[in-house]
Amino acid sequence: MSIIVYIEHLEGKLKKQSRELVSYASQLAEKTSQKVTAVGVGDISREELESLSRFGASKIIHCSNPEAATLENQVYTQLLAEIFEKESGEILILANSFTGKAIAPRLSVRLKAGLVAGVVDLPESLDPFVVKKKIFNGKAFAHSQILTKSKILSLNSNACEVKEKPVESEWEEFSSQVSAPKAEIVDVSKMDADNLLTESSIVVSGGRGMKGADKWKPIEELASLLKGATACSKPVSDEGWRPHEEHVGQTGKTIAPDLYIAVGISGAVQHLAGVSSSKTIVAINSDKDAPIFEIADYGIVGDAHEVLPAFIQSVSKLD
Amino acid sequence: MHIVVCISHVPDTTTKIRFNKELTQLDSQGVKWVINPWDDLTLTRAIDMKEASGGKITKISVIHVGDATTEPTLRKALAMGADEAIRVDAVSSDSYSTASHLAAALKELEYDLVLCGIESSDYNSSAVGGMLAEILDLYSVSSVSAIELKDEGFVVKREQETGKETLRISTPFVAIGQKGIAIDPRIPSMRGVMSARTKPLKVVQGESGESYIHTMVYEYPEPKGSCRFFQPDETDQLADALRREAKVI
Ligand SMILES: Cc1cc2nc3c(=O)[nH]c(=O)nc-3n(C[C@H](O)[C@H](O)[C@H](O)COP(=O)(O)OP(=O)(O)OC[C@H]3O[C@@H](n4cnc5c(N)ncnc54)[C@H](O)[C@@H]3O)c2cc1C
Ligand SMILES: Nc1ncnc2c1ncn2[C@@H]1O[C@H](COP(=O)(O)O)[C@@H](O)[C@H]1O
Repeated sequence: MSIIVYIEHLEGKLKKQSRELVSYASQLAEKTSQKVTAVGVGDISREELESLSRFGASKIIHCSNPEAATLENQVYTQLLAEIFEKESGEILILANSFTGKAIAPRLSVRLKAGLVAGVVDLPESLDPFVVKKKIFNGKAFAHSQILTKSKILSLNSNACEVKEKPVESEWEEFSSQVSAPKAEIVDVSKMDADNLLTESSIVVSGGRGMKGADKWKPIEELASLLKGATACSKPVSDEGWRPHEEHVGQTGKTIAPDLYIAVGISGAVQHLAGVSSSKTIVAINSDKDAPIFEIADYGIVGDAHEVLPAFIQSVSKLD
Repeated sequence: MHIVVCISHVPDTTTKIRFNKELTQLDSQGVKWVINPWDDLTLTRAIDMKEASGGKITKISVIHVGDATTEPTLRKALAMGADEAIRVDAVSSDSYSTASHLAAALKELEYDLVLCGIESSDYNSSAVGGMLAEILDLYSVSSVSAIELKDEGFVVKREQETGKETLRISTPFVAIGQKGIAIDPRIPSMRGVMSARTKPLKVVQGESGESYIHTMVYEYPEPKGSCRFFQPDETDQLADALRREAKVI
């Protein structure tokens, strides 16, 4: 019996959440005496994948089917379903990411495995199997019981602590005859994989309170000083002050950095839906009653255009 | 061509969410129900495509699994510009049973494109579209930020963290829409509202479907620890707290 973890990578580098997924699986495996198998697909090195054995993956499977070069949902479903069955999988773990959302539902039907998406914690009970997930965009949680024998969990960021648990790992190359249909690719444009908002540990974000596209200098400066990324609220990208890739929230990207700094953002529920899993939240806002302070850990009530330059000074003084 | 748009019916995002005392059921008192925001956008896009298609797209149906209380939501979809609404009469308890009901109803129809949203803002499962495609053995494309009718088929933009791809896909298939598929939802016009009253709203019987998931109990989030405030001239102290206390910089 094993727990299979599907690992995503960006241009051959493990995604930030990978260690968390494997660590979640090994903490679960300790209770169920199962083994943890990590699966990577596509152009990623053996060394990179094998680094997951530090977190408890005792088997690593690499699948290099050329048909899986782009995210074809049916191809991925077939490959992962075959691996799951071959490895006598009982639980499949993946990230609640764009890729996870694309393939987990198909796998759920293919494997007759109940899917809980947006899991935020280790299962609270194994028999019955009950796990906690986020619902209503973070306004509540549900404790969901999976009724099927096989199970799929898609994890939100920060669903568990990453714990080191070095083990010996076995390596396997896997490929299979793929018969699924594919789309014709007309055009591809890649983003810079080094500077992705969803992968950054620190995010500095500006809202309408910044007052205009020409006022973004301090946000960019602070982000670059902290080696973080920049983000914004929806009206800011609607106004064209910032590119729409930066928009976070219910209708934008969901992020969960270690540090989220919200400047001139009121903290509407739709905005919070995309950032509330951040570990630490700092808010800078001129209105002491702004709802953002209800979820912030640290706050300054003041004018962003005065506070930010001073804060940048303070941060650059740290060694 | 015939486009089918799957819509879910959810509490408005600003609604305060409450449960019964036992925390086993949503308390629907005072809840304002709306078309799921993503489905509002995919439906808008479907109507825009139909209007621009010069007659190639002949019909837009919306389909929903739910009981009779959801009919005002379906009328709203008709008022926006859908030609027909189908309600599968069933109360489904998880994404799999919803998808099974939708699949059974779709088997009775001829269609070229099925549109779903990336997630319902109630259970945030992001599951129904993909499950439906797998049950019907249809091609599925997710994270769709643009879709266009070109010649005899559809061209779709798929946008993920790592970049964008433009794909030409042959029909029939399932497209799962996200941000960008339309900018703002259509607001029904007065004429739309009038004509919606006479457009067909069909009810088909759902069977009691199998479920994979059972929700045991709900929970409210803990109120967050209160915010620690610094004065505007205490940015040094804030930086220090982030370094020593929160250990994030
Ligand atoms: C279906 C739906 C989906 C949505 N999805 C999203 C989403 O994904 N993401 C999102 O962000 N929003 C989303 N919204 C919009 C959301 O409801 C809010 O309107 C939006 O988040 C507000 O953006 P804001 O905080 O930048 O602007 P405002 O609400 O206008 O807030 C500006 C803030 O700046 C402060 N301020 C003003 N001047 C200064 C100054 N000099 N210094 C410091 N502070 C100052 C003000 O006190 C205020 O709190 C959605 C809305 C709907 C209906
Ligand atoms: N009850 C339902 N009836 C019809 N379509 C639904 C229903 N529930 C969900 N969907 C569709 O599936 C998408 C994703 O929802 P979910 O998987 O519930 O997050 C929605 O945007 C709808 O397009």
